[in-house]
Amino acid sequence: MRSCAKPTGHGTLRDIIGKVAVMKFLRMKPGHGEVLLAEGDPSVEEDEERLVEEFRRQLDEGMWAAVPVTNSGSGRREAQMVREYADIPPESERVIFFPRASGG
Amino acid sequence: MLLALLALALIAFVLATPLALRRVELWRAERALHASRVRVGPFDELYDPGRERRAEQRARELLRSCVNEEEWGMYRDLGFIRVAGRHTRREVDRAARAAYAYLVYPHKPIVAYVPESGQLLSEYCVEFPDLTGSGGRHRLPASDDVLAKWMALTSDEDRVIRRANMHLIGRQLDPARVRRDLWRLAEWERRRGGRQQVPQSQR
Repeated sequence: MRSCAKPTGHGTLRDIIGKVAVMKFLRMKPGHGEVLLAEGDPSVEEDEERLVEEFRRQLDEGMWAAVPVTNSGSGRREAQMVREYADIPPESERVIFFPRASGG
Repeated sequence: MLLALLALALIAFVLATPLALRRVELWRAERALHASRVRVGPFDELYDPGRERRAEQRARELLRSCVNEEEWGMYRDLGFIRVAGRHTRREVDRAARAAYAYLVYPHKPIVAYVPESGQLLSEYCVEFPDLTGSGGRHRLPASDDVLAKWMALTSDEDRVIRRANMHLIGRQLDPARVRRDLWRLAEWERRRGGRQQVPQSQR
């Protein structure tokens, strides 16, 4: 869940924490496995600016970005390539950056 | 006169000695720095097998969290993942089994084949080199390589296939071994109680 409701004073702390969505940017790195680049709540302006900046930086470095999703029709797990920050599905919890493909 | 010259030479020597020593120290430091720069190359870093193992472990966890249960079991047990091809000749075939599929191996070409007949179609040589990698490391951990191929194929099959170098079967992979893998896959599915055909909708 990408956007969260603002705490209203109703509900328990767990309910509030449960609604806070943190999106993680992960990057595959040689010799490391995945590395956490940035994380934040996209509904918070500061976090979103940081995420947008990191997203652009990774694409400028030549990375591809994909989001693992479940196909709503078939129920199949698959990835969705994202070329812009705005393309990230709203419910995404993570975006994975990986080097772009080249002929081997 | 001679004595005076000797005295002057001695004074000059004493005054010049610290300067000369400083020059020697600078020269030695520069030489050591140069030597260290030359020595640190892609293959001269201390090899840490634990680091590679930890990286692979993390990559396996990431892969597991992204693919479905069947695909994860396939990779864990057989060492490769099957990805159904997205293109079909007819619209009615979309609901049925895939007309073709890929076998995704770590750090090896992707193999396209026909699930119904087992016919091998072609090899797609593709890699995901991280040119920003430090210490000369450009190769992703094996499971990350599989995940990168899986993400590329399931999200934008055409793009990754366009970028790959296509070859006939046998260029890098032994066709007999691929056929054996297909047999292993069929056996694995039979044991698992699953269907032997490539399902179009997997969960």
